[in-house]
Order: sequence, then structure tokens, then C-alpha cells
Amino acid sequence: MSLAARARWPALALLAALALAAAPLLLGPFAVTTLTRILVFALLALSLDLLVGITGLPSLGHGAYFGVGAYAAGWVAIHATPSGPVTLAVAIAAGGLVAAAAGSVAVRARGVFFLMLTLAIGEIVEQLAESWHSVTGGSNGLYGIPAARLGGAALIDDALYWYVLAVFIAGFAVVACVAASPFGHTLRGIRDNEPRMRALGYRVYHFKLAAFVGSGALAGLAGGLFAAQQRLVTPADLGLATSIPALLAVTIGGEGSLWGPCLGAAAVVLIRDYLGSSLGGHGSLVLGLLFVVVVFALPGGLARVGLARRRGPA
Amino acid sequence: MPAWLDTHLVSLLNGLAIGFLLFILAVGLSLVFGMMDVLNLAHGVLFLTGGYMCWSIAGERPTWPGFLAALAVAGGVGALAGGGLSLATERLARRSHLDQALLTLGVALIAADALSAAFGDDVHSVNPPPGLDGSVLLFGKAYPVYRLSLIAIGAVLAAAVHLVVERTSLGAVVRATVADRQMVSAVGVDDRKVKAIVFGLGSLLASTAGVLGAPIYGARPGLDASVLILALVVVVIGGLGSVRGALVGALVIGQIETLGRALLSNLASFVLFGALALVLVVRPHGLFGDSTGTRS
Repeated sequence: MSLAARARWPALALLAALALAAAPLLLGPFAVTTLTRILVFALLALSLDLLVGITGLPSLGHGAYFGVGAYAAGWVAIHATPSGPVTLAVAIAAGGLVAAAAGSVAVRARGVFFLMLTLAIGEIVEQLAESWHSVTGGSNGLYGIPAARLGGAALIDDALYWYVLAVFIAGFAVVACVAASPFGHTLRGIRDNEPRMRALGYRVYHFKLAAFVGSGALAGLAGGLFAAQQRLVTPADLGLATSIPALLAVTIGGEGSLWGPCLGAAAVVLIRDYLGSSLGGHGSLVLGLLFVVVVFALPGGLARVGLARRRGPA
Repeated sequence: MPAWLDTHLVSLLNGLAIGFLLFILAVGLSLVFGMMDVLNLAHGVLFLTGGYMCWSIAGERPTWPGFLAALAVAGGVGALAGGGLSLATERLARRSHLDQALLTLGVALIAADALSAAFGDDVHSVNPPPGLDGSVLLFGKAYPVYRLSLIAIGAVLAAAVHLVVERTSLGAVVRATVADRQMVSAVGVDDRKVKAIVFGLGSLLASTAGVLGAPIYGARPGLDASVLILALVVVVIGGLGSVRGALVGALVIGQIETLGRALLSNLASFVLFGALALVLVVRPHGLFGDSTGTRS
């Protein structure tokens, strides 16, 4: 990245944040709700990007940590306190803990083998959510989750949007800092040449596990926001119905860039919810076509397209 | 007979039947993945297609000609679909293996949507063909004949696959490709052709397993994902590209799915994960896997 582009970054990010913050003043309630859903999903895509793009570990089971965070936040809101910060902290902890258990097994593998393992583990977590009636409510899901509260006020509509936006910006900042830190550079090194990193003396397993747990905790945070917005969590939220769109968002946006997956998440939510419902509920058809198109026509995703244009024709 | 065996004999036999069905399903997945590093996420949809074919061709109460016709048509469709998938992923051969897996995932989503558009969201159940739809007394317990015959068919197919892979020249090329693909193409074997053949045969077995499994599982939306997961776990436990591994893995998972659920009910999912974790920690390349098989 050139020096000029580097200097432009914070200004662009600030502009985007201001535009997002001003959105409820200009848009109707329906659009604000959609935007809230996009932000929640973008945070999930961002957490997955930390794993797929930066560490080079493609996960097809990321819905599990998102869903665990959502269930944990919902359960705490129903049975203990609907306080926003508390439910989110619980969601982060739950996502991170489950990711630590799953990751200690999954990060032993690489590449497509890793994809396959995370897929299997994610489905096992979904089955668990369906059979553990006393906590998760079984296939009916966890319903009647009270609105999150912050400083005594219930967070709904525009207030909820700003709350989600604030958490999203914080999450984005954390991922950006991690990606730019020496830790992030080590993860990229592992992605590009694991044997060399090992030869240099890095404990690759620990770094990959740390990335997996961090990513799971962030997905849990997104799940906590999801529970606060949707007020209903079902087993489908842990499974492929979440994991596939999340991976698609990262693939569309371009692995490794941070803003790409966020745009990808927006595209996936808009396409799935609007195009899918106008085609009579064929959401999965649309997602499948998108995968095929992106794989053939858009290798590297939107971020790669932007990069190529900046660099000019090769 | 000990009391424990007496209580759980039915679960044990069910596990054996489902284990052999899983083997028929998983062996193609394992060979293609082991040979070419192509993870075919459309494998579950092939199984489900077989199930729907059985229901639509043979009906809810199939006759023998109907059932055999369903087997033949499903096998043909599976082989064609496998060949098509092989061609499609070949176009991405220079790109990452992840892109190829994502392509098969896209195809799986499209196919699953087409199936649910064609057959609706209802659960379609299918009876076993006549003569196999009754039950026999086994140590004083009634047991469905169809499941016993499934054990027999599965054992025969397992032996056939084993013979093809271990004793024929095609099998020798397959084993060599699993071990060292570059060397195989260096000595002048067209590995794309080998891949297409194995992809086609593996997909044929998957859709055949769908027909054979229809009297047990029926056909319904979502079945594709659940059998895909079981097949993946089988492949991980058994090791990539190993026929023996796929058989042992399938029989183990069959028992976990039936005996495990009978003994532990809700904890069976934990046992599935536990088995996966245990194998990966003790033998990272699966029980019968070779470390060269998991380069990806």
C-alpha cells in the first residue's frame, strides 16, 4: 500500500463510521433494521476473515461459535440480567470457550481438511443445541429474550442500531489492530509458509489456536448482538444456514482484506433476504449460484478487484 | 447370551447396517479427496438424489422391477453428475483447493434447492421391496429383513471395491495417485482421466447408497447435510484415500450412531466429536491414512 493510501485510510474509515451513524436520521425503520442485521452479520464475517484470510484456515463451521454466543447471551438475558454489556461479555466468553475446545482438535489440520473438520464439528454443535432441551429449548429455540438494556433504557429500533454500530466499530478496530500487530504478521507468515515459520521457531499450533479462539470469541460477540436484535435463537443459527453465508461473504469480499468481507456480508444479506424472498424462498439457490459465480469469475473477491485496478493492468 | 447383548442386539445390528451404508457413501468421497485433494461437498446431495429417485420411480411400495430400475437410474445419474463435477473442478485445477470445495458447495446448494422445489418439503418414506419388507426372529427378537440384507449387500460391495482397488490395474493407478500424484502423471498416466473415472464411480456409489438407504432414511430436505457430515467424519477417522479406513471408520460411526444413541441418547453427539478428537490427536492422518495423503 502506498504512503498516500495509508494516510487516506483513517479518514475513509472515519467517514464511513459517520455515514453509518447518521443513517437512522435519513432512513426509515425498515432500512435501519436491515442495516442492523448487516452490521451483525458483517461482524461475524470479520471474525471469520481473521481465520480464513489472515491465518489461512478456511472454516465452514463458524456458525457454531456465533450460535453459542447467541444462546449464551439469550439465556443470560432471560434467566439473569438483560444488561447489554453483561450479555455480550458472556457471549464472548462462551464463543471463545467452545472455540478453544473445538480448535484444540481442528487446528491440527490444514486447508481443505480443516474445512471438513470445522464443518463436522459445527454440525455436531447444532445437533447438541437441538437435543439439549432444558437449556436451548430444543428445536423451538430460545424465545422471549428481553430487549438488551443499557443504563436503564431498553435498546430497540434506532437505539439498538447505534448500540450494534458501536460494538461493530469496536470489533473492527480490534481486528484491524490484531491484523497490523506482530501477532497478525506471524499469522500471515503461517498462512503463507507454515513449515518455514515452524523452522524459525514459532509455535505454530499455539498461534493457530489463539487465532481460532479469538475468532470464535468475536463470532460469539456477533451472536450476542444477534440475540439482542432477533430476540429468538434457533438451532439453525448454529448450523450451515449461518456458516455457509458467512464463508460466502468472506469469499465475495476477498479473504484477508477487512473491508471486503464487510461489503460481502452486506451483499449476502441483501441478496438472500430480498432476492431470495422475491424468488419464493429460494435463498439457497441464490447462495449456490453466487458461490459458483464468485469462484469462476471473481477469484480473490471484491478486494482483489479493487487492488488490481489500483495497481493498473499487469 | 449375556443380558447386555440381549438388550442391545438390535442396536448393534442397526449399527452394522448403517455402517455398511455409510461405507458405500463415504468410500468415493475418501478416494477423490485422497487422490486429488478435491473435497466434494455435493456428496450428500448425491445420496439424497438417490433417495428421491427411489421414491419417484419405485413409489412408496416399490416392486422389484421398480426398485432395480431406481437403482440403475440413480447410478447412471450419479455417474454423470460425478463426471460433470470432475470436469468443473478441473477448470479450477490451478487455483486453491478451497475454490474447488466452494464450487462443489455451490453446486450442492443449487441441487438441494432444485430437489426441494421438485419434491416439496415433506418427508417421503419408502417401503423395502417385497420379500424384504417383513421381519425375522433373531434370538427371540423380531428384526427387519431389509436391514439384514443391507448388511449383506454392503459387505459384498465393500469386498468388490476392495478387489477393484487392490487387484485391478485401475486400482493400482488409483493407489499410486493417492500416494504420489506428480509421479503418476510423470510416467504418462492422464491423471485427469483417472480423476473423472474415480469421481464418477464414487458418485455412482453415493447415489446408489441413497436408493438403498431410502427404506431406512426416506428422503427429506436436510438429509443431504446430515449424511454428508457422517461421511466426512468417516473419512477423517479412517484416513484419506484408504478403502480399509473408510470401512473401519464407517462401521465405528454406524455403532456410535445407533448403539451410542441407545445408551447415551443426548450425549451421542459428544461421542461423535470425542471419537473424531481422539483419532486426530493420536493419529492425525486417520486410522489407515498415510501422512503423504494429507498434503492439502
